[in-house]
Amino acid sequence: MTEQVKFHFDIDGENFTSAGEASVRIKKMLREMGFSSEVIRRVSVAMYEGEINMVIHANGGSADVIVSNDKVEIILADNGPGIADIEQAMKEGFSTAPENIRSLGFGAGMGLPNMKRYTDDMRIESEVGKGTTIYMTVNV
Amino acid sequence: MLNNKHSVTLDLSRCKGCTNCIKRCPTEAIRVREGHAIIKEDMCIDCGECIRLCPYKAKKATYDRFEDFADYKYKIALPAPALYGQFEDIEDVDNILNALLECGFDAVYEVSKAAELVTEHTRRYMKKSDLPMPIISSACPAIVRLISLRFPCLVDNLLPLMPPIEYAARQARKEALEAHPELSDEDICVLFLSPCPAKISYIKNPLGVNQSAVTGGLAISDFYFKLRSKYRNIEEPKALSTTGIIGLNWAGSGGEATSILSDKYLAADGIENCIRILDEIENGSMHDLEFVELNACIGGCVGGTLTVENPFIAKARLRSLRKYLPISGNRIEDDEALTPDVFYDRGIDNNTSCVLSEDRFTAIAKMAEIEEIYKDLPHLDCGSCGAPNCHALAEDIIKNEAKLGDCLIQLRDKQNKS
Repeated sequence: MTEQVKFHFDIDGENFTSAGEASVRIKKMLREMGFSSEVIRRVSVAMYEGEINMVIHANGGSADVIVSNDKVEIILADNGPGIADIEQAMKEGFSTAPENIRSLGFGAGMGLPNMKRYTDDMRIESEVGKGTTIYMTVNV
Repeated sequence: MLNNKHSVTLDLSRCKGCTNCIKRCPTEAIRVREGHAIIKEDMCIDCGECIRLCPYKAKKATYDRFEDFADYKYKIALPAPALYGQFEDIEDVDNILNALLECGFDAVYEVSKAAELVTEHTRRYMKKSDLPMPIISSACPAIVRLISLRFPCLVDNLLPLMPPIEYAARQARKEALEAHPELSDEDICVLFLSPCPAKISYIKNPLGVNQSAVTGGLAISDFYFKLRSKYRNIEEPKALSTTGIIGLNWAGSGGEATSILSDKYLAADGIENCIRILDEIENGSMHDLEFVELNACIGGCVGGTLTVENPFIAKARLRSLRKYLPISGNRIEDDEALTPDVFYDRGIDNNTSCVLSEDRFTAIAKMAEIEEIYKDLPHLDCGSCGAPNCHALAEDIIKNEAKLGDCLIQLRDKQNKS
């Protein structure tokens, strides 16, 4: 079966308050397609963390979500600074967020680890100075 | 599955078919079709937002009337604590309770008393390990219905204890039967004096319990003048009230949460604020919270659409009423145990009315069609088609409840081209 539906969101890098909007939208769509609360929660957390990351580090980006019967794929792409050492970035507590961001309670170094924890598969492609693309899959 | 019986209704003769209500309904439950609004019953949570903002007063809360219960041998009043904030010149809650007896009730059971008992049970419940955090209050029925409809991941976070209205009704019946052995349960009616339509709907269509012990819901705004005419003449009121500060505080936002004795709490009011909080809890960005109290109305229950007084004035009055009261007037005898009679009979179900199809392949295919239609809509979310936004119109088209031609903007653009 190839039945699937695609959603595209532009993630505005201007402010924090808009981060999470794509996550809220996709939650509604998944609910209407009858996915379980477990799947909705995992997609929602992974998307939200990704959105926050793009706002903090990359001045925004885009999120594409492909929903099929057996999986939800999320592709987050930005033209930000890129990740120099992906292994290090994946460590819990590691963060390059500036102090003003941390003072808001973000930048705890849990974003990428949480995205990995809440998804079944996660792959990062990044080039310093060019940007980062993250592929995540939540199996249903 | 929730079967929906609503207090919030539409007065067709007053509705002009404007689109004010559709855009502010938190569950997108209203459409304007053929010149007037339609409330989708399975989506309405009786929050009362549309009542507040309808410029033509076409949205109404329906409620019961005292006279409808004349046949019952024994009538018990359940005053909501919000009632106490409605009168400008009383110094003692007992005046109101005595006035209720003067109005024809045989007994009074304060919901604020039950609230103090629920508070104590909640503190004990919160000590249990392995609870899904944060625990979300289940006292506001509009919030419980909102969660069951829009936040399926959070249904298990709801406090599984009866709301004070229900606990009060059950205790009141028990006390009445003990005091009057000649009565049977059918002789008794328990009438709640409600600040809002959501609690009236709760009585007809309860949450967490199979059947509510409350018989009917009167509107505070409707019963107000009757009470006013009585309480002034009461010179030496009988001491009836047993409520302390905690019980009275339940009338306003934060009253429940502050009494839990945890500093890791949050209290929010106003339906849009509550939605924002619930979204944040769901996406995992609210850390370290233990208890969340949400009230659909601004100010809490004193802000309900069936009250008469401005919620902030009502809150100020409650503050002066509680001045000389003890912290709490009610205690549970047993120091440790959670009595089973305070728990829900059953959990809250997810309301799946928004699901496009039971079969997920079909649902996904329908969503793909919706997105296809949505792509070409103007994305102005103007509401002139009768749906609250362009995406809702696309959904309605796929559900055969609307057609593409309903979009006036598209129509205009087509005309301009030809």
